[in-house]
Amino acid sequence: MSERVLIEGSEAMARAAVAAGCRFFAGYPMTPFTELLEHMAGLLPEVDGVCMNAESELEAVGMAWGAATTGHLAATGSTGQGLSLMQESLSEITNARLPLVVFNMARGQGDYFQATRGGGHGDYRHIVLAPMDVPEAVELTQLAFDMAGQWRTPVMVLGDYYLAHTYQAVSVPSFDTAAPEVPNWALDGSTGGSGAAKIVSPLGGGVEGEEGFDLGAHYAACAAHIQAMATGVEPLIDAGFCEDAELVVAAYGSVGKFVRYACLRLRDAGHRVGYIRPITLWPFPSEAVHKAASGSAKAAVYEQNMGQMVDDVRLATMGTVPVEFIGGPSWDHSGFGIGPDINVPDISERILETMP
Amino acid sequence: MSDDRLFLSTDKPPAEPASLVDDFTPGLITQANHHLCPGCGEPIAIRAAMEAAEELALAERTVAVFGIGCYTAFAHNLDVEVVQALHGRAPSVATGIKRMLPEGFVVTFQGDGDMVNEGLQEVLHAAARGENITCLLLNNGVFGETGGQMTTTTTLGQRTKTSIEGRNPHQHGHPILLSDLTATMDGAAYVARCAVNNAGNVARTKRYITRAYESQMAGAGFSLVEILTMCPTGWFVDTLEGPEYLQNTLAPVHNIGELKTP
Repeated sequence: MSERVLIEGSEAMARAAVAAGCRFFAGYPMTPFTELLEHMAGLLPEVDGVCMNAESELEAVGMAWGAATTGHLAATGSTGQGLSLMQESLSEITNARLPLVVFNMARGQGDYFQATRGGGHGDYRHIVLAPMDVPEAVELTQLAFDMAGQWRTPVMVLGDYYLAHTYQAVSVPSFDTAAPEVPNWALDGSTGGSGAAKIVSPLGGGVEGEEGFDLGAHYAACAAHIQAMATGVEPLIDAGFCEDAELVVAAYGSVGKFVRYACLRLRDAGHRVGYIRPITLWPFPSEAVHKAASGSAKAAVYEQNMGQMVDDVRLATMGTVPVEFIGGPSWDHSGFGIGPDINVPDISERILETMP
Repeated sequence: MSDDRLFLSTDKPPAEPASLVDDFTPGLITQANHHLCPGCGEPIAIRAAMEAAEELALAERTVAVFGIGCYTAFAHNLDVEVVQALHGRAPSVATGIKRMLPEGFVVTFQGDGDMVNEGLQEVLHAAARGENITCLLLNNGVFGETGGQMTTTTTLGQRTKTSIEGRNPHQHGHPILLSDLTATMDGAAYVARCAVNNAGNVARTKRYITRAYESQMAGAGFSLVEILTMCPTGWFVDTLEGPEYLQNTLAPVHNIGELKTP
């Protein structure tokens, strides 16, 4: 059951998280993530959950790590800056094979590499979902918790100032207060004294000094798991008008919604332009991007940074079409990533300039 | 005439292998063999912690959280559930566990490098919150695992690989007395410091740990037991001199006793 209401993106994501079974949240206030933390603090007690106003991002991710070991769905979040502080733990949580959802309300689009390349030390990736607006964020929040549980891995929801602070009418799922089921690997202390007590460790299991404790074997298993996600997670993409397009334009997140709209208007004016909007940034929808661009003379990437996703588009198209970067950093005085260049006339002009 | 009797029992291997008359391994330690150095105090401290848990019948509700140090080797040798955390981060991980398992018993193991250097704010905030967990600090005043460098609990004058002429306050600053600091916080219910350098102190260590556990089970709030442990390898002293070095170097600064009780 769900009701349609006009609410802010942060509240919509918080409600979706609780409806998806999230029972623990820890965070440290930072614009534009703060409201998500505030809403979780209000909502979680309604379902006997816990929200911690942690003393730092280091502690927020540590608390979420501990909560995740108990088998309850846990989440944390911040902006890209706060995520930088959390990376050491996020890397180890990945190797400990724990489900966790990370809400990254980033400042602008400068943190694409941080989000999609693992972000911390070690050889790993996280599943990254990039909603374009509030209704999509509600859907992807549910998906993020599903995937985190299914793959036992951190999943990031990558948004921005616009997503966190825009009010939209959305259908928000209601939540029941029943305690969600706990998976069998979870800790509750009960296997103590059995001779085979459970351990949850980024260093693997096994007993020191006996066959079975082998860090190399554990890291190999972690690498195999990342590879399994790379091929097993269904990549998501939104694309349109690519069949007869002379130019396809790629963009993601809130900015992707503006680019999509610009392409729709340019189509109305008779320009043969298509759009591709990757929704999973990892695994990147390479095959779909390759296919979408295969009939065009050229591809372009619009993102508000120095050019990051453009690398993934070039890898996806593998030299079959020229890929031009038509984005660039866009900052106002606040530094919160409210890019003054996110406007349809400006984007349309850049697209027209690059038409073959 | 030769006297064969002189050689009867010594020049041949025994017919039967030697066997233990009694096994003193506590029930919650699955494998007593470890790779820590001879004379190390950490296995004694961990043994006391596990014996106390067993005696209070906490085995089936315990989750232990380990930091990173020599003692981490024991994370895989215990018959209680374990979460391996990062260097410095055990108190926040323990917080997440305890909040989701309020009926559980949560104890952390950290060294001085882990708790007082890397993770000082974690333990202080956990204490300030009155987090109902027990933190055990294995304090030997050096980074043992990396080979004897100065930590923030190293005492003035103590020689380490990074304070070669002895810790000098003008260059290296002063030691942090963690238990004294923690005892000033309202959220801390039980704070005590002990050592494992002689039989009396080992008995005291187990007594203090037991009281800390009881305080958690009574829901009194945060508890900390700081245990001074020997590290002859990291101190560059003879194995047998470890207990005396502890008494003369660490104990006069990090004073033994209960600092706060519920």
